[in-house]
Amino acid sequence: MNQQQYINRQHRKNFITGILFLTPTLVIFSMFILFPVLFSFFLSFHKWNMFSSSQSFIGFANYQRLLTDPEFWQVLKQTIMYTLGTVPLNMIIALFLAMMLNKKIKGKKFLRTAFFTPVIISPVAAALIWRWIYDPNFGLLNYATGFFGIPPVNWLNDSRAAMAALIIMGVWKNLGINMVLFSAGLQGIPDTYYEAAEMDGAGRWSKFWNITLPMLTPTTFFIMIMSMISSFQVFDIVYVLTSGGPMGSTKVMVFYMYEYAFKFFEMGYASAVAYIFFAMLAVLTLLQVKYMRTRSGYEGV
Amino acid sequence: MATNNVKIQKLGKSILTHGVIYLLAFITIAPFIWMILTSLKDISDIFVYPPKWFPDKIQWNNYARAFQAAPFGRYYLNSIFVAVTVTLGQLITCSMAAYAFARLKFWGRDVLFYIFLGTMMIPYQVTMIPSFMVLHWLGWIDSYQALIVPGLASAFGTFLLRQFFLTIPKELEEAAYIDGCSKFRVLWQIILPLSKPALATLAIFTFMGTFNDFIWALIVVNSEHLRTVQLGLAVFRDRYITDWDLLMAGSVMATLPILIVFFFAQKYFIKGITLSGIKG
Repeated sequence: MNQQQYINRQHRKNFITGILFLTPTLVIFSMFILFPVLFSFFLSFHKWNMFSSSQSFIGFANYQRLLTDPEFWQVLKQTIMYTLGTVPLNMIIALFLAMMLNKKIKGKKFLRTAFFTPVIISPVAAALIWRWIYDPNFGLLNYATGFFGIPPVNWLNDSRAAMAALIIMGVWKNLGINMVLFSAGLQGIPDTYYEAAEMDGAGRWSKFWNITLPMLTPTTFFIMIMSMISSFQVFDIVYVLTSGGPMGSTKVMVFYMYEYAFKFFEMGYASAVAYIFFAMLAVLTLLQVKYMRTRSGYEGV
Repeated sequence: MATNNVKIQKLGKSILTHGVIYLLAFITIAPFIWMILTSLKDISDIFVYPPKWFPDKIQWNNYARAFQAAPFGRYYLNSIFVAVTVTLGQLITCSMAAYAFARLKFWGRDVLFYIFLGTMMIPYQVTMIPSFMVLHWLGWIDSYQALIVPGLASAFGTFLLRQFFLTIPKELEEAAYIDGCSKFRVLWQIILPLSKPALATLAIFTFMGTFNDFIWALIVVNSEHLRTVQLGLAVFRDRYITDWDLLMAGSVMATLPILIVFFFAQKYFIKGITLSGIKG
Protein backbone atom coordinates (compact mmCIF):
# COMPACT_ATOMS: atom_id res chain seq x y z
CA MET A 1 0.00 0.00 0.00
CA ASN A 2 1.53 3.34 -0.97
CA GLN A 3 1.35 6.49 1.07
CA GLN A 4 -1.39 8.15 -1.02
CA GLN A 5 -3.70 5.21 -0.58
CA TYR A 6 -3.04 5.21 3.11
CA ILE A 7 -3.91 8.90 3.40
CA ASN A 8 -7.08 8.44 1.37
CA ARG A 9 -8.21 5.58 3.50
CA GLN A 10 -7.48 7.59 6.63
CA HIS A 11 -9.54 10.49 5.25
CA ARG A 12 -12.46 8.24 4.51
CA LYS A 13 -12.25 6.73 7.98
CA ASN A 14 -12.22 10.16 9.57
CA PHE A 15 -15.17 11.27 7.48
CA ILE A 16 -17.20 8.24 8.49
CA THR A 17 -16.38 8.70 12.19
CA GLY A 18 -17.29 12.38 12.02
CA ILE A 19 -20.61 11.73 10.31
CA LEU A 20 -21.41 8.92 12.74
CA PHE A 21 -21.04 11.29 15.66
CA LEU A 22 -23.27 13.79 13.89
CA THR A 23 -25.90 11.34 12.70
CA PRO A 24 -28.51 11.70 15.47
CA THR A 25 -28.38 15.47 15.26
CA LEU A 26 -28.38 15.52 11.47
CA VAL A 27 -31.43 13.27 11.27
CA ILE A 28 -33.49 15.39 13.67
CA PHE A 29 -32.31 18.60 12.07
CA SER A 30 -33.14 17.45 8.56
CA MET A 31 -36.64 16.45 9.62
CA PHE A 32 -37.53 19.36 11.85
CA ILE A 33 -35.39 22.31 10.76
CA LEU A 34 -33.82 22.05 7.32
CA PHE A 35 -36.70 20.41 5.49
CA PRO A 36 -39.30 22.62 7.23
CA VAL A 37 -37.46 25.86 6.40
CA LEU A 38 -37.39 24.98 2.71
CA PHE A 39 -40.82 23.42 2.66
CA SER A 40 -42.58 26.36 4.29
CA PHE A 41 -41.05 28.58 1.60
CA PHE A 42 -42.49 26.21 -1.02
CA LEU A 43 -45.84 26.13 0.81
CA SER A 44 -46.06 29.90 0.84
CA PHE A 45 -46.57 29.85 -2.94
CA HIS A 46 -49.37 27.32 -2.73
CA LYS A 47 -52.93 27.08 -1.70
CA TRP A 48 -52.57 24.17 0.65
CA ASN A 49 -55.25 22.97 2.98
CA MET A 50 -53.97 20.15 5.11
CA PHE A 51 -57.08 18.07 5.28
CA SER A 52 -58.42 18.45 1.78
CA SER A 53 -56.63 17.53 -1.41
CA SER A 54 -56.90 21.04 -2.83
CA GLN A 55 -53.24 21.93 -3.31
CA SER A 56 -52.27 24.22 -6.11
CA PHE A 57 -49.49 26.61 -7.07
CA ILE A 58 -50.72 30.18 -6.88
CA GLY A 59 -47.51 32.22 -7.17
CA PHE A 60 -47.43 35.30 -5.00
CA ALA A 61 -51.15 35.25 -4.27
CA ASN A 62 -50.67 34.43 -0.57
CA TYR A 63 -48.31 37.35 -0.18
CA GLN A 64 -50.67 39.62 -2.07
CA ARG A 65 -53.58 38.54 0.08
CA LEU A 66 -51.56 39.15 3.20
CA LEU A 67 -50.49 42.63 2.20
CA THR A 68 -54.07 43.59 1.40
CA ASP A 69 -55.60 42.05 4.52
CA PRO A 70 -56.42 44.89 6.93
CA GLU A 71 -56.27 42.42 9.82
CA PHE A 72 -52.65 41.60 8.98
CA TRP A 73 -51.73 45.28 9.22
CA GLN A 74 -53.62 45.63 12.47
CA VAL A 75 -51.84 42.60 13.89
CA LEU A 76 -48.47 43.94 12.74
CA LYS A 77 -49.24 47.29 14.32
CA GLN A 78 -50.17 45.61 17.59
CA THR A 79 -47.04 43.48 17.57
CA ILE A 80 -44.95 46.63 17.13
CA MET A 81 -46.94 48.35 19.88
CA TYR A 82 -46.23 45.47 22.23
CA THR A 83 -42.54 45.58 21.32
CA LEU A 84 -42.26 49.35 21.76
CA GLY A 85 -44.17 49.09 25.00
CA THR A 86 -42.12 46.34 26.59
CA VAL A 87 -38.54 46.73 25.32
CA PRO A 88 -37.60 50.26 26.45
CA LEU A 89 -39.45 49.94 29.75
CA ASN A 90 -37.91 46.57 30.44
CA MET A 91 -34.42 47.82 29.60
CA ILE A 92 -34.63 50.94 31.75
CA ILE A 93 -35.85 49.02 34.80
CA ALA A 94 -33.39 46.18 34.19
CA LEU A 95 -30.43 48.57 33.98
CA PHE A 96 -31.60 50.34 37.12
CA LEU A 97 -31.84 47.04 39.00
CA ALA A 98 -28.48 45.83 37.71
CA MET A 99 -26.83 49.06 38.90
CA MET A 100 -28.47 48.82 42.30
CA LEU A 101 -27.34 45.23 42.66
CA ASN A 102 -23.83 46.27 41.70
CA LYS A 103 -23.65 48.38 44.87
CA LYS A 104 -23.06 47.33 48.46
CA ILE A 105 -26.41 45.79 49.28
CA LYS A 106 -27.44 43.21 51.81
CA GLY A 107 -29.16 40.07 50.57
CA LYS A 108 -28.04 40.36 46.95
CA LYS A 109 -28.55 36.68 46.33
CA PHE A 110 -32.12 36.78 47.53
CA LEU A 111 -32.84 39.91 45.49
CA ARG A 112 -31.38 38.49 42.32
CA THR A 113 -33.44 35.34 42.73
CA ALA A 114 -36.58 37.39 43.39
CA PHE A 115 -36.20 39.43 40.21
CA PHE A 116 -35.35 36.36 38.19
CA THR A 117 -38.18 34.10 39.33
CA PRO A 118 -40.79 35.37 36.81
CA VAL A 119 -38.43 34.45 33.97
CA ILE A 120 -38.27 30.76 34.81
CA ILE A 121 -41.89 29.93 35.56
CA SER A 122 -44.23 28.78 32.86
CA PRO A 123 -45.90 31.52 30.83
CA VAL A 124 -49.22 29.72 31.15
CA ALA A 125 -49.25 29.79 34.96
CA ALA A 126 -47.87 33.33 34.98
CA ALA A 127 -50.63 34.55 32.68
CA LEU A 128 -53.24 32.82 34.84
CA ILE A 129 -51.94 34.62 37.94
CA TRP A 130 -52.15 37.91 36.10
CA ARG A 131 -55.69 37.22 34.92
CA TRP A 132 -56.59 37.07 38.57
CA ILE A 133 -54.58 40.20 39.40
CA TYR A 134 -56.32 42.05 36.55
CA ASP A 135 -59.78 40.99 37.70
CA PRO A 136 -61.91 44.16 37.45
CA ASN A 137 -63.83 43.62 40.72
CA PHE A 138 -61.58 41.71 43.08
CA GLY A 139 -58.18 42.08 41.44
CA LEU A 140 -55.09 43.21 43.25
CA LEU A 141 -54.06 45.77 40.64
CA ASN A 142 -57.19 47.90 40.72
CA TYR A 143 -57.00 47.78 44.51
CA ALA A 144 -53.38 48.97 44.46
CA THR A 145 -53.93 51.74 41.91
CA GLY A 146 -56.98 52.82 43.94
CA PHE A 147 -54.60 54.13 46.61
CA PHE A 148 -53.34 56.67 44.09
CA GLY A 149 -56.85 57.74 43.22
CA ILE A 150 -56.90 55.93 39.88
CA PRO A 151 -60.39 54.69 39.01
CA PRO A 152 -60.76 50.93 38.43
CA VAL A 153 -59.96 49.66 34.95
CA ASN A 154 -61.52 46.66 33.25
CA TRP A 155 -58.06 45.54 32.17
CA LEU A 156 -58.78 42.51 30.06
CA ASN A 157 -62.20 43.38 28.69
CA ASP A 158 -61.52 46.91 27.56
CA SER A 159 -59.92 47.03 24.14
CA ARG A 160 -57.98 50.15 25.09
CA ALA A 161 -56.56 48.65 28.31
CA ALA A 162 -55.84 45.07 27.24
CA MET A 163 -52.63 45.93 25.38
CA ALA A 164 -51.38 47.83 28.42
CA ALA A 165 -52.17 44.81 30.58
CA LEU A 166 -50.20 42.59 28.22
CA ILE A 167 -47.26 45.00 28.26
CA ILE A 168 -47.16 45.26 32.06
CA MET A 169 -47.15 41.51 32.37
CA GLY A 170 -44.56 41.15 29.60
CA VAL A 171 -42.18 43.54 31.35
CA TRP A 172 -42.61 41.74 34.67
CA LYS A 173 -42.00 38.35 33.07
CA ASN A 174 -38.76 39.14 31.24
CA LEU A 175 -37.12 41.75 33.42
CA GLY A 176 -34.76 39.23 35.03
CA ILE A 177 -33.02 38.18 31.83
CA ASN A 178 -31.99 41.69 30.95
CA MET A 179 -31.03 42.40 34.54
CA VAL A 180 -28.59 39.47 34.48
CA LEU A 181 -27.18 40.53 31.10
CA PHE A 182 -26.73 44.14 32.25
CA SER A 183 -25.07 42.89 35.45
CA ALA A 184 -22.55 40.93 33.39
CA GLY A 185 -21.93 44.04 31.30
CA LEU A 186 -21.44 46.25 34.36
CA GLN A 187 -18.93 43.86 35.84
CA GLY A 188 -16.89 44.21 32.67
CA ILE A 189 -16.26 47.93 33.27
CA PRO A 190 -12.91 48.36 35.06
CA ASP A 191 -13.08 50.15 38.42
CA THR A 192 -10.09 52.25 37.45
CA TYR A 193 -12.28 54.23 35.02
CA TYR A 194 -14.55 55.30 37.85
CA GLU A 195 -11.63 56.01 40.15
CA ALA A 196 -10.00 58.25 37.55
CA ALA A 197 -13.28 60.09 37.01
CA GLU A 198 -13.68 60.61 40.75
CA MET A 199 -10.21 62.14 40.90
CA ASP A 200 -11.39 64.60 38.28
CA GLY A 201 -14.34 65.37 40.51
CA ALA A 202 -17.02 63.68 38.43
CA GLY A 203 -20.42 63.31 40.08
CA ARG A 204 -22.77 60.35 39.97
CA TRP A 205 -24.67 61.47 36.87
CA SER A 206 -21.56 62.43 35.04
CA LYS A 207 -20.07 59.00 35.70
CA PHE A 208 -23.27 57.35 34.51
CA TRP A 209 -23.45 59.35 31.25
CA ASN A 210 -19.74 59.40 30.48
CA ILE A 211 -18.57 55.98 31.62
CA THR A 212 -21.35 53.50 32.37
CA LEU A 213 -23.58 54.12 29.37
CA PRO A 214 -20.86 54.36 26.71
CA MET A 215 -19.05 51.32 28.09
CA LEU A 216 -22.30 49.38 28.11
CA THR A 217 -23.19 50.20 24.51
CA PRO A 218 -22.43 46.73 23.08
CA THR A 219 -24.42 45.07 25.89
CA THR A 220 -27.28 47.53 25.48
CA PHE A 221 -27.43 47.01 21.73
CA PHE A 222 -27.38 43.25 22.13
CA ILE A 223 -30.12 43.32 24.77
CA MET A 224 -32.24 45.65 22.65
CA ILE A 225 -32.12 43.42 19.57
CA MET A 226 -32.67 40.22 21.57
CA SER A 227 -35.61 41.73 23.45
CA MET A 228 -37.14 43.00 20.23
CA ILE A 229 -36.86 39.57 18.66
CA SER A 230 -38.45 37.85 21.62
CA SER A 231 -41.20 40.47 21.92
CA PHE A 232 -42.06 39.93 18.28
CA GLN A 233 -42.43 36.23 19.02
CA VAL A 234 -44.80 36.63 21.96
CA PHE A 235 -47.55 34.01 21.96
CA ASP A 236 -48.08 31.99 25.16
CA ILE A 237 -49.00 34.85 27.44
CA VAL A 238 -51.29 36.34 24.79
CA TYR A 239 -53.04 33.01 24.38
CA VAL A 240 -53.74 32.59 28.08
CA LEU A 241 -54.13 36.21 29.19
CA THR A 242 -56.38 37.62 26.48
CA SER A 243 -56.68 35.06 23.64
CA GLY A 244 -56.04 37.99 21.33
CA GLY A 245 -59.12 39.84 22.54
CA PRO A 246 -61.12 41.84 23.30
CA MET A 247 -62.12 42.49 19.68
CA GLY A 248 -58.71 41.45 18.39
CA SER A 249 -56.99 44.29 20.23
CA THR A 250 -54.15 42.08 21.51
CA LYS A 251 -53.83 39.79 18.54
CA VAL A 252 -50.15 39.60 17.58
CA MET A 253 -48.31 38.11 14.59
CA VAL A 254 -47.66 34.63 15.94
CA PHE A 255 -51.26 34.37 17.14
CA TYR A 256 -52.52 35.34 13.68
CA MET A 257 -50.25 32.75 12.11
CA TYR A 258 -51.31 30.12 14.64
CA GLU A 259 -54.97 30.72 13.81
CA TYR A 260 -54.50 30.36 10.07
CA ALA A 261 -52.31 27.27 10.41
CA PHE A 262 -53.96 25.33 13.20
CA LYS A 263 -57.54 26.55 13.27
CA PHE A 264 -58.27 27.06 9.57
CA PHE A 265 -55.48 24.71 8.36
CA GLU A 266 -54.53 27.12 5.56
CA MET A 267 -50.91 25.99 5.61
CA GLY A 268 -49.93 27.96 2.48
CA TYR A 269 -51.20 31.28 3.71
CA ALA A 270 -49.82 30.73 7.22
CA SER A 271 -46.42 29.91 5.73
CA ALA A 272 -46.44 33.19 3.83
CA VAL A 273 -47.09 34.94 7.14
CA ALA A 274 -44.25 32.94 8.68
CA TYR A 275 -41.85 34.00 5.94
CA ILE A 276 -42.72 37.68 6.22
CA PHE A 277 -42.20 37.30 9.95
CA PHE A 278 -38.88 35.54 9.35
CA ALA A 279 -37.73 38.37 7.09
CA MET A 280 -38.49 40.96 9.77
CA LEU A 281 -36.57 39.04 12.43
CA ALA A 282 -33.71 38.42 10.00
CA VAL A 283 -33.24 42.18 9.58
CA LEU A 284 -32.86 42.51 13.35
CA THR A 285 -30.46 39.58 13.55
CA LEU A 286 -28.30 40.93 10.71
CA LEU A 287 -28.13 44.33 12.39
CA GLN A 288 -26.82 42.58 15.48
CA VAL A 289 -24.25 40.51 13.57
CA LYS A 290 -23.06 43.54 11.62
CA TYR A 291 -22.75 45.63 14.75
CA MET A 292 -20.70 42.93 16.51
CA ARG A 293 -18.34 42.76 13.52
CA THR A 294 -17.67 46.48 13.35
CA ARG A 295 -17.22 46.68 17.12
CA SER A 296 -14.60 43.97 17.27
CA GLY A 297 -12.93 45.60 14.27
CA TYR A 298 -12.60 48.90 16.13
CA GLU A 299 -11.22 47.45 19.27
CA GLY A 300 -8.93 45.11 17.44
CA VAL A 301 -9.73 42.23 19.77
CA MET B 1 -19.15 66.78 63.68
CA ALA B 2 -18.64 67.00 59.94
CA THR B 3 -17.57 63.38 59.63
CA ASN B 4 -20.57 62.39 61.68
CA ASN B 5 -22.87 64.19 59.26
CA VAL B 6 -21.29 62.48 56.31
CA LYS B 7 -21.74 59.16 58.06
CA ILE B 8 -25.40 59.85 58.76
CA GLN B 9 -25.90 60.95 55.17
CA LYS B 10 -24.30 57.76 53.91
CA LEU B 11 -26.40 55.66 56.23
CA GLY B 12 -29.54 57.45 55.10
CA LYS B 13 -28.66 56.85 51.47
CA SER B 14 -27.97 53.20 52.13
CA ILE B 15 -31.32 52.77 53.89
CA LEU B 16 -33.07 54.49 50.99
CA THR B 17 -31.35 52.26 48.43
CA HIS B 18 -32.26 49.16 50.39
CA GLY B 19 -35.83 50.38 50.80
CA VAL B 20 -36.30 50.99 47.08
CA ILE B 21 -34.81 47.73 45.92
CA TYR B 22 -36.60 45.57 48.49
CA LEU B 23 -39.88 47.27 47.59
CA LEU B 24 -39.31 46.46 43.92
CA ALA B 25 -38.41 42.88 44.82
CA PHE B 26 -41.61 42.59 46.80
CA ILE B 27 -43.68 43.90 43.88
CA THR B 28 -41.98 41.36 41.63
CA ILE B 29 -42.77 38.37 43.81
CA ALA B 30 -46.14 39.62 45.06
CA PRO B 31 -47.97 37.80 42.23
CA PHE B 32 -46.48 34.49 43.44
CA ILE B 33 -47.42 35.17 47.05
CA TRP B 34 -50.89 36.13 45.85
CA MET B 35 -51.13 32.91 43.85
CA ILE B 36 -50.17 30.73 46.83
CA LEU B 37 -52.46 32.56 49.25
CA THR B 38 -55.40 32.45 46.85
CA SER B 39 -54.88 28.74 46.31
CA LEU B 40 -55.44 28.22 50.05
CA LYS B 41 -58.56 30.38 50.41
CA ASP B 42 -62.20 29.60 50.62
CA ILE B 43 -64.36 31.24 47.93
CA SER B 44 -65.78 33.54 50.61
CA ASP B 45 -62.27 34.94 51.15
CA ILE B 46 -61.63 35.30 47.44
CA PHE B 47 -64.54 37.35 46.23
CA VAL B 48 -64.21 40.20 48.69
CA TYR B 49 -63.35 43.82 48.25
CA PRO B 50 -60.95 45.14 49.45
CA PRO B 51 -58.87 42.00 48.80
CA LYS B 52 -57.81 40.00 51.83
CA TRP B 53 -54.24 38.78 51.87
CA PHE B 54 -54.60 35.91 54.30
CA PRO B 55 -57.22 33.17 54.37
CA ASP B 56 -59.38 32.83 57.48
CA LYS B 57 -58.91 29.13 57.39
CA ILE B 58 -56.38 27.37 55.20
CA GLN B 59 -58.13 25.27 52.57
CA TRP B 60 -55.77 22.46 51.57
CA ASN B 61 -58.88 20.94 50.15
CA ASN B 62 -58.59 23.19 47.05
CA TYR B 63 -55.71 21.06 45.84
CA ALA B 64 -57.68 17.87 46.22
CA ARG B 65 -60.55 19.49 44.33
CA ALA B 66 -58.23 20.62 41.53
CA PHE B 67 -56.95 17.05 41.23
CA GLN B 68 -60.53 15.85 40.96
CA ALA B 69 -61.52 18.48 38.40
CA ALA B 70 -58.67 17.52 36.06
CA PRO B 71 -56.15 14.67 35.98
CA PHE B 72 -53.22 16.80 37.13
CA GLY B 73 -51.35 13.68 38.22
CA ARG B 74 -51.41 12.42 34.67
CA TYR B 75 -50.41 15.84 33.31
CA TYR B 76 -47.46 15.82 35.69
CA LEU B 77 -46.28 12.39 34.63
CA ASN B 78 -46.53 13.44 30.99
CA SER B 79 -44.60 16.67 31.51
CA ILE B 80 -41.87 15.02 33.53
CA PHE B 81 -41.57 12.06 31.18
CA VAL B 82 -41.31 14.33 28.14
CA ALA B 83 -38.92 16.81 29.77
CA VAL B 84 -36.61 14.12 31.16
CA THR B 85 -36.50 12.18 27.87
CA VAL B 86 -35.80 15.29 25.83
CA THR B 87 -33.10 16.39 28.28
CA LEU B 88 -31.32 13.03 28.30
CA GLY B 89 -31.65 12.82 24.52
CA GLN B 90 -30.15 16.26 24.02
CA LEU B 91 -27.27 15.54 26.37
CA ILE B 92 -26.37 12.56 24.20
CA THR B 93 -26.95 14.01 20.72
CA CYS B 94 -25.44 17.40 21.54
CA SER B 95 -22.30 16.01 23.17
CA MET B 96 -21.71 13.69 20.23
CA ALA B 97 -22.16 16.47 17.70
CA ALA B 98 -20.16 18.91 19.80
CA TYR B 99 -17.30 16.43 20.01
CA ALA B 100 -17.29 16.01 16.24
CA PHE B 101 -17.22 19.77 15.73
CA ALA B 102 -14.59 20.40 18.40
CA ARG B 103 -12.16 17.55 17.90
CA LEU B 104 -12.66 15.40 14.82
CA LYS B 105 -11.16 16.58 11.57
CA PHE B 106 -13.05 15.54 8.47
CA TRP B 107 -14.10 16.82 5.10
CA GLY B 108 -17.00 19.30 5.25
CA ARG B 109 -16.92 19.79 9.00
CA ASP B 110 -16.63 23.55 8.96
CA VAL B 111 -19.35 24.02 6.36
CA LEU B 112 -21.66 21.87 8.44
CA PHE B 113 -20.79 23.86 11.52
CA TYR B 114 -21.65 27.15 9.86
CA ILE B 115 -24.97 25.78 8.63
CA PHE B 116 -25.55 24.75 12.20
CA LEU B 117 -24.84 28.20 13.56
CA GLY B 118 -27.11 29.61 10.88
CA THR B 119 -30.04 27.50 12.02
CA MET B 120 -29.94 29.21 15.40
CA MET B 121 -31.23 32.33 13.67
CA ILE B 122 -34.32 30.58 12.33
CA PRO B 123 -37.32 31.36 14.52
CA TYR B 124 -39.36 28.28 15.42
CA GLN B 125 -42.47 29.82 13.88
CA VAL B 126 -41.01 29.22 10.43
CA THR B 127 -40.40 25.52 10.98
CA MET B 128 -43.54 24.90 13.04
CA ILE B 129 -46.00 24.29 10.21
CA PRO B 130 -43.94 21.81 8.16
CA SER B 131 -42.77 20.08 11.36
CA PHE B 132 -46.41 19.52 12.20
CA MET B 133 -46.93 18.11 8.69
CA VAL B 134 -43.93 15.78 9.03
CA LEU B 135 -45.41 14.42 12.24
CA HIS B 136 -48.76 14.07 10.50
CA TRP B 137 -47.19 12.07 7.65
CA LEU B 138 -45.47 9.83 10.19
CA GLY B 139 -48.79 9.30 11.93
CA TRP B 140 -47.35 10.76 15.12
CA ILE B 141 -49.81 13.57 15.78
CA ASP B 142 -51.29 13.14 19.25
CA SER B 143 -48.52 10.90 20.59
CA TYR B 144 -45.51 11.09 22.90
CA GLN B 145 -43.23 10.95 19.87
CA ALA B 146 -44.70 14.25 18.67
CA LEU B 147 -43.82 15.88 21.98
CA ILE B 148 -40.36 14.33 22.24
CA VAL B 149 -38.68 13.61 18.90
CA PRO B 150 -38.43 17.17 17.48
CA GLY B 151 -36.65 18.23 20.68
CA LEU B 152 -33.97 15.55 20.55
CA ALA B 153 -31.34 17.80 18.98
CA SER B 154 -30.35 21.39 19.60
CA ALA B 155 -28.04 23.81 17.84
CA PHE B 156 -27.74 25.90 20.98
CA GLY B 157 -26.79 22.86 23.06
CA THR B 158 -24.28 21.65 20.50
CA PHE B 159 -22.68 25.06 20.34
CA LEU B 160 -22.57 25.42 24.11
CA LEU B 161 -20.85 22.07 24.57
CA ARG B 162 -18.48 22.60 21.65
CA GLN B 163 -17.23 25.84 23.17
CA PHE B 164 -16.64 24.02 26.44
CA PHE B 165 -14.90 21.02 24.85
CA LEU B 166 -12.49 23.40 23.11
CA THR B 167 -11.21 24.56 26.49
CA ILE B 168 -10.19 21.02 27.53
CA PRO B 169 -6.47 20.41 26.89
CA LYS B 170 -5.85 18.02 24.02
CA GLU B 171 -2.98 16.24 25.79
CA LEU B 172 -5.46 14.33 27.96
CA GLU B 173 -7.00 12.68 24.92
CA GLU B 174 -3.73 12.05 23.13
CA ALA B 175 -2.52 9.86 25.95
CA ALA B 176 -5.73 7.85 25.73
CA TYR B 177 -5.41 7.42 21.95
CA ILE B 178 -1.89 6.08 22.38
CA ASP B 179 -3.35 3.52 24.78
CA GLY B 180 -5.71 2.50 21.97
CA CYS B 181 -8.96 4.09 23.16
CA SER B 182 -11.70 4.60 20.56
CA LYS B 183 -13.07 8.08 19.86
CA PHE B 184 -16.30 7.16 21.54
CA ARG B 185 -14.59 6.01 24.72
CA VAL B 186 -12.52 9.18 24.85
CA LEU B 187 -15.70 11.25 24.69
CA TRP B 188 -17.43 9.11 27.28
CA GLN B 189 -14.58 8.60 29.75
CA ILE B 190 -12.46 11.71 29.42
CA ILE B 191 -14.36 14.63 27.89
CA LEU B 192 -17.77 14.20 29.49
CA PRO B 193 -16.58 13.80 33.10
CA LEU B 194 -14.59 17.03 32.67
CA SER B 195 -17.60 18.85 31.22
CA LYS B 196 -20.05 18.50 34.10
CA PRO B 197 -20.71 22.25 34.49
CA ALA B 198 -21.54 22.67 30.80
CA LEU B 199 -23.69 19.54 30.80
CA ALA B 200 -25.53 20.77 33.88
CA THR B 201 -26.22 24.11 32.23
CA LEU B 202 -27.59 22.44 29.12
CA ALA B 203 -29.66 19.99 31.17
CA ILE B 204 -31.29 22.73 33.24
CA PHE B 205 -32.05 24.85 30.19
CA THR B 206 -33.55 21.98 28.29
CA PHE B 207 -35.54 20.62 31.21
CA MET B 208 -37.07 23.99 32.03
CA GLY B 209 -37.71 24.89 28.41
CA THR B 210 -39.45 21.59 27.73
CA PHE B 211 -41.41 21.55 30.97
CA ASN B 212 -42.66 25.08 30.31
CA ASP B 213 -43.31 24.60 26.62
CA PHE B 214 -46.84 25.40 25.62
CA ILE B 215 -47.29 26.14 21.92
CA TRP B 216 -45.83 22.88 20.65
CA ALA B 217 -47.98 20.76 23.00
CA LEU B 218 -50.99 22.86 22.01
CA ILE B 219 -50.42 22.07 18.34
CA VAL B 220 -49.52 18.39 18.36
CA VAL B 221 -51.54 16.94 21.22
CA ASN B 222 -55.29 16.53 21.57
CA SER B 223 -56.05 13.68 23.90
CA GLU B 224 -56.53 14.34 27.57
CA HIS B 225 -54.16 11.53 28.58
CA LEU B 226 -51.29 13.10 26.61
CA ARG B 227 -51.67 16.65 27.89
CA THR B 228 -48.73 18.25 29.64
CA VAL B 229 -49.17 20.38 32.75
CA GLN B 230 -49.07 23.59 30.74
CA LEU B 231 -51.60 22.43 28.17
CA GLY B 232 -53.80 20.92 30.87
CA LEU B 233 -53.73 24.17 32.79
CA ALA B 234 -54.71 26.20 29.73
CA VAL B 235 -57.65 23.87 29.09
CA PHE B 236 -58.52 24.04 32.78
CA ARG B 237 -58.69 27.84 32.45
CA ASP B 238 -61.32 27.59 29.74
CA ARG B 239 -63.48 25.36 31.90
CA TYR B 240 -63.16 27.05 35.30
CA ILE B 241 -62.98 30.63 34.17
CA THR B 242 -63.28 32.36 37.53
CA ASP B 243 -62.79 29.51 40.00
CA TRP B 244 -59.69 31.25 41.23
CA ASP B 245 -59.13 28.84 44.11
CA LEU B 246 -58.82 25.91 41.69
CA LEU B 247 -56.99 27.89 39.01
CA MET B 248 -54.40 29.13 41.49
CA ALA B 249 -53.98 25.65 42.97
CA GLY B 250 -53.33 24.43 39.43
CA SER B 251 -50.85 27.27 38.83
CA VAL B 252 -48.97 26.44 42.01
CA MET B 253 -48.68 22.86 40.83
CA ALA B 254 -47.46 23.96 37.40
CA THR B 255 -44.79 26.27 38.81
CA LEU B 256 -43.55 24.32 41.83
CA PRO B 257 -41.24 21.77 40.13
CA ILE B 258 -39.55 24.51 38.13
CA LEU B 259 -39.11 26.72 41.17
CA ILE B 260 -37.51 23.84 43.06
CA VAL B 261 -35.16 22.99 40.21
CA PHE B 262 -34.29 26.65 39.80
CA PHE B 263 -33.46 27.27 43.46
CA PHE B 264 -31.06 24.34 43.49
CA ALA B 265 -29.46 24.98 40.13
CA GLN B 266 -29.63 28.74 39.81
CA LYS B 267 -25.90 29.08 39.29
CA TYR B 268 -25.93 27.00 36.11
CA PHE B 269 -29.00 28.72 34.78
CA ILE B 270 -27.62 32.22 35.19
CA LYS B 271 -24.39 31.07 33.59
CA GLY B 272 -26.35 29.77 30.63
CA ILE B 273 -28.09 33.12 30.22
CA THR B 274 -24.82 35.03 30.14
CA LEU B 275 -23.24 32.41 27.88
CA SER B 276 -26.07 32.57 25.39
CA GLY B 277 -25.73 36.33 25.68
CA ILE B 278 -22.15 36.11 24.52
CA LYS B 279 -23.04 33.66 21.79
CA GLY B 280 -25.01 36.19 19.71
